[in-house]
Amino acid sequence: MIAILDNPLVFALIKGVAGVAGIITFVSLNVLFLVWLERKVIARLQVRYGPNRAGKFGLLQPIADTVKLFVKEDIIPEKADRAVFTLAPAVAFGAAILPAVAIPFASGLMVSDLNVGILYVIALLSLGTIPVIMAGWGSNNKYTLLGAMRAVAQSLSYEIPLVLSIIGVVALAGSLSLVEITHAQENIWYVFLQPIGFIVFFIAAIAEMGRIPFDMPESESELVAGFHTEYSGMKFGLLLFAEYIHMVVASALMVLLFFGGWNIPFVTVPFILQAGVLIVKMYVVILILMWIRGTLPRVTIVQMTAIGWKVLIPLALLNILLTGVFMTL
Amino acid sequence: MAQLSTTKLKPNEMLLNMGPQHPSTHGVCRLVLKVDGEKALEVEPVIGYLHRGMEKLAENRTYIQFLPLTDRLDYVAPLGNNQVYVQAIEELMEIEVPERADYIRVIMLELQRIASHLLFISSFGADVGAWTVLMYGFRERERLLDLLEMTTGGRMVYSYIWPGGVRYDLADGFVEKCRKEMEDLPKYLEDYKKYFYSNEIFLKRCEGVGILKKEDAVNMGVTGANLRACGLAHDVRKDDPYSIYDQLDFKVITEKGGDTLARFNMRLREIYESINIVNQALDALPKGDFRAKIPKILKPPFGEVYSRTEAPRGELSMYLVSDGESKSPFRLKIRSPSFCNLSAFPATARGAILADVVANFASIDIVLGDVDR
Repeated sequence: MIAILDNPLVFALIKGVAGVAGIITFVSLNVLFLVWLERKVIARLQVRYGPNRAGKFGLLQPIADTVKLFVKEDIIPEKADRAVFTLAPAVAFGAAILPAVAIPFASGLMVSDLNVGILYVIALLSLGTIPVIMAGWGSNNKYTLLGAMRAVAQSLSYEIPLVLSIIGVVALAGSLSLVEITHAQENIWYVFLQPIGFIVFFIAAIAEMGRIPFDMPESESELVAGFHTEYSGMKFGLLLFAEYIHMVVASALMVLLFFGGWNIPFVTVPFILQAGVLIVKMYVVILILMWIRGTLPRVTIVQMTAIGWKVLIPLALLNILLTGVFMTL
Repeated sequence: MAQLSTTKLKPNEMLLNMGPQHPSTHGVCRLVLKVDGEKALEVEPVIGYLHRGMEKLAENRTYIQFLPLTDRLDYVAPLGNNQVYVQAIEELMEIEVPERADYIRVIMLELQRIASHLLFISSFGADVGAWTVLMYGFRERERLLDLLEMTTGGRMVYSYIWPGGVRYDLADGFVEKCRKEMEDLPKYLEDYKKYFYSNEIFLKRCEGVGILKKEDAVNMGVTGANLRACGLAHDVRKDDPYSIYDQLDFKVITEKGGDTLARFNMRLREIYESINIVNQALDALPKGDFRAKIPKILKPPFGEVYSRTEAPRGELSMYLVSDGESKSPFRLKIRSPSFCNLSAFPATARGAILADVVANFASIDIVLGDVDR
């Protein structure tokens, strides 16, 4: 038995499986809590109470909802492309959970320490557009198709500034590894060194998460429910789940890149508290996102692409130039 | 059937049915859109999903029996419908309305107008994606509905304005409570202004969207806030005063541009004017009867009458014919503002992107009960 464990391949396999199981559990718990938190926060912003029947403060509401989604009838439209329609929620869930394995929650507490971590995370975040297109096309519904078209237009206009805005951070840290980038911010967070980069990243990240004011693919006032109009039951649940996972991952990434990850300036955070510090920061970012959702109206897809190409990309390029000049000085 | 559904489509075009079940069609209106991607090349409203044959129903009911049905026309502002119908009967039968009743009517009508405009502001917010506004608008509207409920006993269908006056006198404490609400309301409106006008996204969504030209508006019979948003000061309350509106001092609000933003501003600014009217009417509220004596069975003499009012959505009129013998109207024609306002909509929405079509559609503020009758 011990001998098998000595085999590096087997050890890596076990570590990998355990890690992925751990990360799925962690992210899922976060998502369940987030669903509750979002409903509660938005409700308070809208002078309502929000869920308050299931459990204390309605804390069990997400669980009740999940159970409901599981037992609901699963409807596949007659004219739908069955394979694509069925696969889309699974792909959405997978594409959303995969980037989480490269997110370090404390120095060393991560499933896989990739030396190109940031590249991997960004690449997989972009993958989130594929299931949206699949769902939109597979449903064979005009509203979902329009939603999918919007998702493509949107991803084209925000992915580029998103990547460009990170270049400044990578240049300053001199590494693509998320752990290295975090270590480089021990005493000064990059949000202070990279204000333009942060603004571009923040806006692009909201678009990436598909939240108001950039929730074009599912804008309910125009497209009923956008790309997931035809989904019901747990398939719908998975799509919704994927969105919240995106939110967790993107806000964790934001904290790692610009808010020093688990670091607090001039304080050495013991390992045991590092994950806690990161999660607190992550939730501050998430609360700001919820606040934005409770405040702003939705922009149109035309305005969205205009912002992406005419404002964000030039700003991101300017940021790279300034960073370059700053570093050579 | 929609005319558009028989047109030949190019490969890059498709027909999109928005409604009758759609979150942004405010009831059961159906918009058939010919779209090229996001762009709506043609827009055609298809109506009739809520048609109940009100005009025919009136011919088979006594005058009083039809009164509750008028509540169901424009169900967001039922008191306005009561008023126009009752006014027609009174003119036909030459019933003198006590002065107090007229004042009560005006107070109620203006409260109803404020409530209706608040509903517009909330639902407009939701249609451009600002759901928080929806809840805030409803919060304030709730207080006005409470106020109306105090006296009329109803929150949606009132049947309060009655031939010869109103059904009940003002409830105890109504005047004080109403004054307080009228004092509080501007504070909330200031909040709305702060929210909407300091919000770049909101302004960008509304400016220059769905421009309605003044000539088109007049030609298509657009009335109410939508017409005034084009810069034409037409208001039945001023141009052809009814009830006691000629004794009150108020302005007719106009806006320039005729776009979605102008139409939105119109409603917000009209609320202030309505508050002003309510305050004046409360100050001058005379004592006396709240209802004149009228016969048990209404049987107007032979004749016809055209009664005009300014409902929250525009000019609401009724043409009533009596044959002098039967207990029910010989003919009742309802000229509803929403119907005419909707007819001007396709021209303003042509060529716009989907999101703008929705914002534009929300801004003309139609109620399907009023369109279909």
